[in-house]
Amino acid sequence: MTPPREGRPGDAGQAHAATRPSALRVVLSGIAPLVLVGLMVWWFLLFGINYVRLGPPPVEKLAIERVIFKPQEITLLVRNEGPGPLTVAQVLVNQAMWDFSITPGRELARLQSARISIPFDWIEGDPYNFDVITGTGIRHVRKVEVATGTPSVSPRALGIFGLLGVYVGVIPVFLGLLWLPFLRSMPRSWMDFWISLTVGLLAFLAIDTFREAFEVMGRVPEFLNGLMLVALGAIGAFLALTGIDGIMRRRGGSRPAGARGMGLALMIAIGIGLHNLGEGLAIGAAYTLGEVALGSFLILGFTLHNTTEGLAILSPLVQEKVSWRDLFLLGLVGGGPTIVGTWTGAFTYSDPLSLVFLGIGGGAILQVISVLVRARAESGESAIEALAKPRNIAGLLVGFILMYLTGLLVAG
Amino acid sequence: MLSLLPDLSKAQRSAHASPTSDPMADAARKHAIRTLTEFDTGKVTRLKDGRALREYWIDALNTEIEVAPGVRYAAWTFNGAVPGPTLRCTEGDSILVHFTNKAAMPHSMHFHGIHAANMDGVFEQVPPGSSFDYAFTAKPFGLHIYHCHTMPVKMHIARGLYGVFLVDPKTPRPKAREMVMVMNGFDTDLNDEDNEFYTVNGFANVFFRDYPIPVKQGELQRVYLVNMTEFDLLNSMHTHATFFHVYPTGTTTTPTNYTDTITLGQGERAILEFRYDYPGRFLFHAHQNEFAELGWLGQFEVKP
Repeated sequence: MTPPREGRPGDAGQAHAATRPSALRVVLSGIAPLVLVGLMVWWFLLFGINYVRLGPPPVEKLAIERVIFKPQEITLLVRNEGPGPLTVAQVLVNQAMWDFSITPGRELARLQSARISIPFDWIEGDPYNFDVITGTGIRHVRKVEVATGTPSVSPRALGIFGLLGVYVGVIPVFLGLLWLPFLRSMPRSWMDFWISLTVGLLAFLAIDTFREAFEVMGRVPEFLNGLMLVALGAIGAFLALTGIDGIMRRRGGSRPAGARGMGLALMIAIGIGLHNLGEGLAIGAAYTLGEVALGSFLILGFTLHNTTEGLAILSPLVQEKVSWRDLFLLGLVGGGPTIVGTWTGAFTYSDPLSLVFLGIGGGAILQVISVLVRARAESGESAIEALAKPRNIAGLLVGFILMYLTGLLVAG
Repeated sequence: MLSLLPDLSKAQRSAHASPTSDPMADAARKHAIRTLTEFDTGKVTRLKDGRALREYWIDALNTEIEVAPGVRYAAWTFNGAVPGPTLRCTEGDSILVHFTNKAAMPHSMHFHGIHAANMDGVFEQVPPGSSFDYAFTAKPFGLHIYHCHTMPVKMHIARGLYGVFLVDPKTPRPKAREMVMVMNGFDTDLNDEDNEFYTVNGFANVFFRDYPIPVKQGELQRVYLVNMTEFDLLNSMHTHATFFHVYPTGTTTTPTNYTDTITLGQGERAILEFRYDYPGRFLFHAHQNEFAELGWLGQFEVKP
């Protein structure tokens, strides 16, 4: 094997091809930096740490990640998210020392989690404060606004939370789809208005999804870097949908023009479906985490709010022929994920995972908005120029305000 | 509310009791129990005028203690524990306290009593590594306290620099079973002037879970009750199934009240005298029940 020659301009490609390195060399060059990093870590832990270990021991940090209410028993899932090990010393329930047992044990290594069981005659609907006091006397707090029995997976609970998903996700989307004949009866020149109204609705949903994500972020341990989980979901969803859009476009080229409207509607339905997955998660979790009492008013609020989502799916279909089967499919794609969300949120809720899902929902909607806007832009027009027409501005605002007003019904 | 607490046998089995091996907690328990009945009467020598000279040796230290099972506290102490030793003497005795500051910052000893300005422990701060002798005549008789008076005083007291200074009247009080109970609180996270735990003699629930106080039915009980709580304006004591006579600050020999609940402000104290007519287990606790459920809870075990 010859070392690469000093290249003259023009023969770099040739030289490269001539000196393709051996597999061993590739592996070695890939591993060498890792070995060096490993050596450095080893040296630092053995010797280097003595030079930087200054000051008092680090402050203990314990997260009470979840509170589970079962008859006569409360369980706290805690995690040591501080920089060093800690000991769980005492547990206070509403400012009173209380008996507890802890598995696997009181001593928690960094990032280790434990399960604290407290025999307690709790009362449905009451607020509770939990304090875990660790060895150095630090108090770690978690508040539960409304104590509610944590549902366990049973046919009955599956049914209840499934029905909840149907009410807040599936039914409203289908109801919204029934506006199709109405939209068709309007003059064709209103098409732009309907599309921009859809963009307004979607913009509201996107912002709302990220707001929800920011709320959850506050509960996620710092080391998990919640913001990046949301970004991961959002960027991933945006890119994935862009890829799908590209594939559909290429296929659409060889099919009748009608396929484009349906394709666009499907994209919107997917975006809204992913948003509804996040919304379902939030509803199921809020119930389980004891943040809301799920009143009938709240559910009705969601129902009305989400009816507008059906409207959003319709707008590309106004001038298309659509079968009932296709409409049904669109409704299912847009509304169905709510059920998956309420189930997941109620039974296996995890804040970090829900951040990823909320990111996916938000990213998906943003992608759909970009597709919609680009589809309406005439050749040579930028997206902003397309939106800035008076009729489109009106549509945008009406869509946004519609969402805002129906959103008022979802109090709490 | 108290009925929700588990009975003692169950409590001892539960995880609420300390981890299996915890020498620091054991030391704190022992100290609390010892403080109940242990009096330091000093090294006594007779003066020419016939009075007793009592000498005491007190060190200020930085000591890590435990205030509830598993909960450590970076305390500042007189002689290594909270509360400091109960210094006992008789009215008129000549008192000489040899104080050495072995801690990390200036401290002092401020005695409640009647004495000269330069013996008041306020303006004569004792730097680390230095000593100071406090000399005065013990008066008036009563149940008094001593504590560090370095600023910020609330911090020096909250961290544990206090103890009981008991001056007996020349004519002794009637014979009784005597107990010292110092009520206090610990702001263990040190950051909000909000006490995480309340104790008697320094360890949460020690007289409830670890050492129910044995009492003989009908015997006269005398409790020297002192409130050294910081950050909460008041602390209190309530005895179940008996009433007690109250001698405020212990400066009289005739009681002023007959009750079963007494409330004391910060630094306030009183002598309580009572008997139990019936055998059995009887609770005593702060009647601020929020304190009771954070460690200020005990029981007398009355035996016939």
